[in-house]
Amino acid sequence: MSSKRLPDGTLKSSRYTTVSDPGSVTARVVMAVVLVVVFLVPYLVMVLSSFKSLDEVNRVPPTLLPQTWHLDNYVAMWGVSETPLPHNLLSTIIIAGAATLLTLAVALPAAYYTAKFRFPGRLAFLFLVLMTQMLQPAVLVTGLFREFLALGGAGQLWSMILINAAFNMSFGTWIMHSFFANVPKEVDESARLDGASSWAILWRINMPLVWPGIVTAVIFTFVAAWNEFAASVVILSGAPQNQPLSVALFSFVGQYQTKWQYVFGVSVVAIVPVLILFAIIEKKLVAGLTAGAIK
Amino acid sequence: MTLTQSTAVEVDTPESTKNRPRRARESLRAAPWLAPGLILIIGVVLFPAGYMIYTSTRTISKAGVDRGPAGAANYETLFALPDLPGVLVRTLVWVVAVVIGTVCVSLLLAHFLNKAFPGRRFVRLMLIIPWAASVLMTTMIVYYMFEPNYGLVNNFLMQLSQHFDFLSAFSNADYGFTKRMPAAFIIAIFVAIFVSLPFTTYTLLAGYQAIPRETLEAACVDKASRWQTYWHVTLPQLRPALMAASIINIINVYNSYPILKVMTGSMPGFDADTTTTMMFKILQTNQRADVAAALSVVNFVIVIAVISVYMWLVKPLKSVED
Repeated sequence: MSSKRLPDGTLKSSRYTTVSDPGSVTARVVMAVVLVVVFLVPYLVMVLSSFKSLDEVNRVPPTLLPQTWHLDNYVAMWGVSETPLPHNLLSTIIIAGAATLLTLAVALPAAYYTAKFRFPGRLAFLFLVLMTQMLQPAVLVTGLFREFLALGGAGQLWSMILINAAFNMSFGTWIMHSFFANVPKEVDESARLDGASSWAILWRINMPLVWPGIVTAVIFTFVAAWNEFAASVVILSGAPQNQPLSVALFSFVGQYQTKWQYVFGVSVVAIVPVLILFAIIEKKLVAGLTAGAIK
Repeated sequence: MTLTQSTAVEVDTPESTKNRPRRARESLRAAPWLAPGLILIIGVVLFPAGYMIYTSTRTISKAGVDRGPAGAANYETLFALPDLPGVLVRTLVWVVAVVIGTVCVSLLLAHFLNKAFPGRRFVRLMLIIPWAASVLMTTMIVYYMFEPNYGLVNNFLMQLSQHFDFLSAFSNADYGFTKRMPAAFIIAIFVAIFVSLPFTTYTLLAGYQAIPRETLEAACVDKASRWQTYWHVTLPQLRPALMAASIINIINVYNSYPILKVMTGSMPGFDADTTTTMMFKILQTNQRADVAAALSVVNFVIVIAVISVYMWLVKPLKSVED
């Protein structure tokens, strides 16, 4: 890849190749180190503090590194009296997992059909999807609370599965829509001429080409549902067992003393898996979120 | 919504009168593919929106029982709250400060991360940590670091404030930075900027990808200075990305709950609240679902207004029209 240096130092190639001025590279590396430190420090403190004893985590003056490493915090936190943590983890997995499956089941056909076919109401549907994307559970939480109370869904996992699926299907629809739309029409048409059915065209021809979009939609939905807080805290307020980790975390915050070592232990357990998932789809995250606004 | 839908159909199909049966058949064929999504949106987004508006006109007991019509009483209760003007001003400060701060820092970050240097991919990956991590958990760690007694950063700042007087205006030995206004609110603003940076920076980086190389080369040929190139060539072409990022940020920041819940949630009254966190307090602490619904309706109208501006300015649907 021939990457010429542009006026502002931009290289079109993602690979670091030719930069004439070694001084500016040094400055950039220094800047990069500063950035990494700024973004990493809070999470480093989080990890380090999760290994401290209750006494040390609340000590004046504070310590940075644990004096004794309490690896056992990661065992002890599952048996604390404040919140049924194993249940909370299970609830988080069930809510995020089921919401992701439901989102996929709902968004995939819609994305496929709106990308491939023109029909009256198509733009209206996409408009509705876009509107939903901009709305968040927080702004509708009173309505959601009243609705699920009336339906007997207060404190129930299925309420949160439905809510997470509904508010994330727009991202899934958009991202998969753009992948389906990029499959050349000729490919579909030649398959149709060969006598393939609509289902065969979707499964055999399109799926292999759009799977990166599907992976992105799946991971994004899973992470969003995993971290959801505003609706869970209201809908699941009366059911400690069904609360996800994000809500359960508050049980460790006491009026006089907070068991910070568990707050951070739970946080590390909650963050690491989704961070790995997010890193996998890093490059495609923007595409669905800004929904066609930038091309 | 049905109204909008039907008008939109009329607009994008001017010949509908001619081929009505055929067009109806086309819509019918689309139905099975779209119906699940439509049901979900109607059931869990549109219906609760309507139900919320309805609830705002009812009297709801603390136990959640509907005690009949209330007329405009909930809105009157809401607008009579002496804290409301302060909350509105704080909401404005919150949204403006966080969004402007986020956009400015993200412009710098994106400009920097678009340049070549060893380890760039690693820096970009580090940037997504606050995006993947739950906002609540990020805020918890910041709260802990600023805690008046055992907070690391608080400890450091207290030592600094012995040398710099302006810092002691924001804190004292008893309260630190998290237990009183305005220090706690200011730190909350920084946290909100911190967690908004990844999405905004990534959006701007995507915007950089869309800038044709030739325009930058032309600027180079014309001997434009770096600043001129950025101001007259790069920035105008970043506009769509900048607008999309700004408006999505406005909505996210306006609806943000966890940051202020952690940073200022333990303070009594509504002295440190925005309209969103105030609504949660009315709903959960005061258990007034009816007044909370009235405030939610106000929030909803504001969000819809922002979305309309987005649709009008950015026209995100344009990419799917053909």
